[in-house]
Amino acid sequence: MSVRTNRPYRRLLTSTVAVFAAGAFVVGCTSNEPEEEDQPAAEETGGDGGGSGNDEPGETVVIGFSGPEADHGWLAAVNDSAIAEAESYDDIELRTAEGTNDANLQISQIETFINEGVDAIVLLPTDGAQLTEVAIRAMEAGIPVINVDREFSSPFAARATILGDNHGMGISAGTYACQLIEDNDIQDPVIAEIAGIDSLPLTQDRSRGFAEALEACGQTVDNRVAAEFTVESGEEQAANLLQAAPEIDIIWNHDDDQGVGVKQAFDNAGRDEFFFIGGAGSANAMQWIQDGEMEATILYPPTQAADGIRLARLIAQNKGMSDLVQVEVPRRIVLNAPVVNIDNVEDYLHLGFES
Amino acid sequence: MSEQTPAAPPATPPADEHRRIEAAAAAEGETQSGFVRFMSSPVGRNLGLIIALLVLCAVGAITAGDRFVDTDNMVTILRFASIIGVVSIGMTFVIIGGGIDLSVGAIVALSSVWATTLATQTMAEDTHWLLMVFVACAVGVGCGLINGVLVAYGRMAPFIATLAMFAAARGLAEIISEQRTQLVDVRELVDTINGELLGISVLIWIFAVVSAIGWVLLNRTTFGRRTIAVGGNATAARLAGIAVKRHTVLLYVVLGLACGIAGIMLTARTGTGSGTHGQLYELDAIAAVVIGGTLLTGGRGTIVGTVFGVLIFQTLTNVFTLNNLDSSTQAVAKGAIIVVAVLLQQRVAVRSSDST
Repeated sequence: MSVRTNRPYRRLLTSTVAVFAAGAFVVGCTSNEPEEEDQPAAEETGGDGGGSGNDEPGETVVIGFSGPEADHGWLAAVNDSAIAEAESYDDIELRTAEGTNDANLQISQIETFINEGVDAIVLLPTDGAQLTEVAIRAMEAGIPVINVDREFSSPFAARATILGDNHGMGISAGTYACQLIEDNDIQDPVIAEIAGIDSLPLTQDRSRGFAEALEACGQTVDNRVAAEFTVESGEEQAANLLQAAPEIDIIWNHDDDQGVGVKQAFDNAGRDEFFFIGGAGSANAMQWIQDGEMEATILYPPTQAADGIRLARLIAQNKGMSDLVQVEVPRRIVLNAPVVNIDNVEDYLHLGFES
Repeated sequence: MSEQTPAAPPATPPADEHRRIEAAAAAEGETQSGFVRFMSSPVGRNLGLIIALLVLCAVGAITAGDRFVDTDNMVTILRFASIIGVVSIGMTFVIIGGGIDLSVGAIVALSSVWATTLATQTMAEDTHWLLMVFVACAVGVGCGLINGVLVAYGRMAPFIATLAMFAAARGLAEIISEQRTQLVDVRELVDTINGELLGISVLIWIFAVVSAIGWVLLNRTTFGRRTIAVGGNATAARLAGIAVKRHTVLLYVVLGLACGIAGIMLTARTGTGSGTHGQLYELDAIAAVVIGGTLLTGGRGTIVGTVFGVLIFQTLTNVFTLNNLDSSTQAVAKGAIIVVAVLLQQRVAVRSSDST
């Protein structure tokens, strides 16, 4: 018979509603926002140096911003600082399509921006080469593309490119390591490296720079492991590394997000005989430097996309950079990768991001 | 899953019995009346999906206005949906046949990498760019063949056999590409497949053609009826004289071919071959197939439903993008849609089985 009592369903419905109602209360407790949040340092460090009035409101521009999935602190900081930067200007209308590691999806996001006819696109691609085709199409449609951090494979794909210096990071770390060896007169130093995801060009560049700088002072990397930028993988790989090398003098860890796990592994094993150098410059790392638990970290600014937003605004408004003589925004900007240690950490605290 | 009955193999049954069982499998659900019959009809079965898609479009039109209701935007959605759509059509066959394949994303990656190696590209430049398409499809078919043989003849659970392929194929892709992104130098490939034909994107054409072939294959051929029979009751199908093992292998080969096609589509769309392509496509494809009304236990499902399933997800993504909403919220919405869709289908399934 097809006649059924609907009771079970109704009971199911009632309990479902109850569960959701209970859930609604719980949802209120998921907030992780501190009550008061400091505005990012955008205003204070404002680029009003040239006195050219670049920050004066101009004609309103629509900027499309797309970045990869914020699956670790650095990328989250990239997205957040870009959005905050856009909000600090009254003449920017920001369209964000953040959050994917799927090139196919990110391509469709850029296509959406093209359809909408935005004035400029700031693009941190999930992979530079994979987004090149669509970036070229945007440029052909007359929309300037600002390429952030992961470079396209064609010079026709971007109006301006702003990059952190991964190779330079490795050089800075290696040079600093050489300095430590000399200053502390370490004989036959054991040098270890905890890399990030090995398949990424950025990791390969960092490792290459590190090896080159070490070579300059006659050293090589003795032990190397690769983690995946996550806390979990950092802990696991650092534990492996400590097992493999009973005595280490210098460790360079590429990334401070995975560094939280790396540090945990050090603490678990009770090892601190080495100089611990980090990478990226998270708030944690800066705290550790101030507490004397970490020697230094090599900065890789998470504010690149924020700079990308500024450049996009200038380009869309036909302005140049006020501190340069040039009429137009340069095509390529490579950021410095300075060493942050106890001597200068104060200067960089405002760039530190939460892991 | 129900095929480890080691009973003596039956003598070949008479042809008419064979036909009767296939017909019975196909005719299942056509003997009810009224509401139930409507809900089991092609329109009724997809009614929920059509409504869901319409609601989504309405939300898109209200929240994003002209930016959503725009030919260019529709094209963007379809182009985006096309690659995962082709994979999902293949996945529909495997799932109707009572299997599952977790390795599709990895196969997409491997075929894109294999088709863009220096050797393949050099050969393609000397001959024709279609060679790259052929290589991608051949790699897909090869992987599907291995999956199918492991499942059918190796008697491995599909979940495990394809889990092994999931790991191995992506690993092999990374080895071949030396973990780098391989650029496509054969411009004809990119210009053709990522270009337009008769004013419509070639990617969309491919999706349309694959869907049409899939529909005919499932609904109008012996192959389709056998697929439903094998997935519905493998033992009965075997007793009816269907070569269940061989058919299972074929299902995985079909899916492998679909992955190869998707691989070359992704290669053209991104202009690259990479071991990182196709991540989590297995989940997207399975989700699209399941909300499209295909039973995970096999024996029932439709191509049209799958196409709607794909479109619903990709339209959702588009609406979220247009409204500046982040991907985390989107993931929650996707989860909710899967649950609601499956719950609705269960109600329909319960009703129709009660009334027989």
